[in-house]
Amino acid sequence: MKRRAFLGSGLAAGALFASNAGGRAEEPAPRATGCLGLIVERASGSVLLIDNVRRAALGRIEGLGDLSHATAVFSPCERYSYVFGRDGGLTRIDLLESRIDKRVLQSGNSIGGAISDDGRLVAVANYTPGGVNVFDADTLATVASVPALGADGKASKTVGIVALPGRRFIYSLYDAGEIWIADFGDGATPKLTKFGNVGRLPYDGNVTSDARHYLAGLFGEDGFAHIDLWVPDLKCERVGQGYFGGQQRLPVYKMPHLEGWGQSANDLLLPACGAHEVLAVDLQTMGLKKRIPTHGQPVFCVARPDGREVWVNFAHPLNDIVQIIDVPTLEVVHSFAPGPGVMHLEFTPRGNEIWISARDADKVVVMDVRRREQIAEIAARKPSGILFASRAHRLGG
Amino acid sequence: MSRFAAAVFALLCLPVFAQAGTPRGKLVGLVRQDCGSCHGLTLKGGLGPALLPTALAGKSVEGLAAIILDGVPGTPMPPWRGELSPEDALWIAQKLKEGFPQ
Ligand code: HEC
Repeated sequence: MKRRAFLGSGLAAGALFASNAGGRAEEPAPRATGCLGLIVERASGSVLLIDNVRRAALGRIEGLGDLSHATAVFSPCERYSYVFGRDGGLTRIDLLESRIDKRVLQSGNSIGGAISDDGRLVAVANYTPGGVNVFDADTLATVASVPALGADGKASKTVGIVALPGRRFIYSLYDAGEIWIADFGDGATPKLTKFGNVGRLPYDGNVTSDARHYLAGLFGEDGFAHIDLWVPDLKCERVGQGYFGGQQRLPVYKMPHLEGWGQSANDLLLPACGAHEVLAVDLQTMGLKKRIPTHGQPVFCVARPDGREVWVNFAHPLNDIVQIIDVPTLEVVHSFAPGPGVMHLEFTPRGNEIWISARDADKVVVMDVRRREQIAEIAARKPSGILFASRAHRLGG
Repeated sequence: MSRFAAAVFALLCLPVFAQAGTPRGKLVGLVRQDCGSCHGLTLKGGLGPALLPTALAGKSVEGLAAIILDGVPGTPMPPWRGELSPEDALWIAQKLKEGFPQ
């Protein structure tokens, strides 16, 4: 029954393309996936398949479980998307056929994942029972299960997982305050490298676009845990102590995300945790360059693909505003209100347009980036994450 | 909505429709969406622990309400006083223990 519904939406999407290609309705026209993407509909367990050139939704794919906080990665060929759901569901979506291709329930509670550089392994980081599960990207069969037992022997939530070159994954252990690298370079049994005492409660982590610097945000500590992955003897160091200058932190109503952080040639723009500020960090020295005052507590700091601007959304209750930071001057140059409950922002690969989800208005707004004007609107049910297939070719995935 | 406005609104709404559109409905949305960002939309847990009846069985409504109002210092659990009244917090705690409405 379900399957028919998926096929139905697949056909609908196919038909849409076919009619555009000149009305050979029986035979769907050949299509490409480079302009496709997904919008996560967090409350209804569905995703919208979208086309970011046509600025249109092509179909809704349902039955993905609890998608609060859900994110996705893409296969190197850009045909498949792997969606990580809150309920531990790992779903492989076929973007060409607009349907669920495979789905496994891998653990009680997951938060995010990554795909290896060769596209063969999908790793999922879990909250409960903690640890990282690794799957074959084609079959979704389990390849390895790596528990996250900290030095104290207790299971830890795992967060901030990204892929590194050489079939490696790096992630943080929230409860234990550790960072691990799982290296699958020799096959299914990972070689683990562990960094202890990295700081209290690392809540998220990410790697720079050259896969050189991994940073984990620390909750209730002034600074970040940092590993330079280009040096031969890896070590984890605390950077940015004093970022907050000893000021009292505000309560955090939504944890900031490091995914999509604002990176330009020289600077990294990070959401401060517990302050109405974006932190500009010098990538050469890892020192603080500027604390940029913002409208609220930043959640996502997303760099325009050329790194010239960083677009920022904010935590509840100030989540109806987006601000634009000019990177050369490190100043907020524009503020606007795309709709209530802004959850996520995604640039098209060359940065000419941006898609912004306004959860509480059940819509996604498409804007012309240079003119900063809305050009289209897509109806979506409680939309959160917007993920374009072009992510397949970014390091870290 | 200010507390005064909320009270007036509740009074106006009560006799006619006690459910839809009342501040309680707003609270349900807030818990699902905004508490849900840490505790999961289904409250099965995330960065914060599960807030399901089984998980909260041994805990008092008053104790949970106090956590909601004042947070847990040193952890991401923020204080909601200012956003939520003590009555709101007690109602949420009670409903969490019973099984939170959709
Ligand atoms: C920014 C993340 C975050 C948000 C938002 C959040 N919580 Fe929490 N909450 C936590 C964490 C983390 C803990 C665990 C604290 C600890 O370690 O003791 C917690 C603990 C709790 C507890 C205690 C549970 C127990 O078993 O003792 C309750 C009750 C609770 N939260 C309710 C709420 C409610 C209601 C809301 C929304 C009004 C909310 N939380 C929003 C992170 C959050």
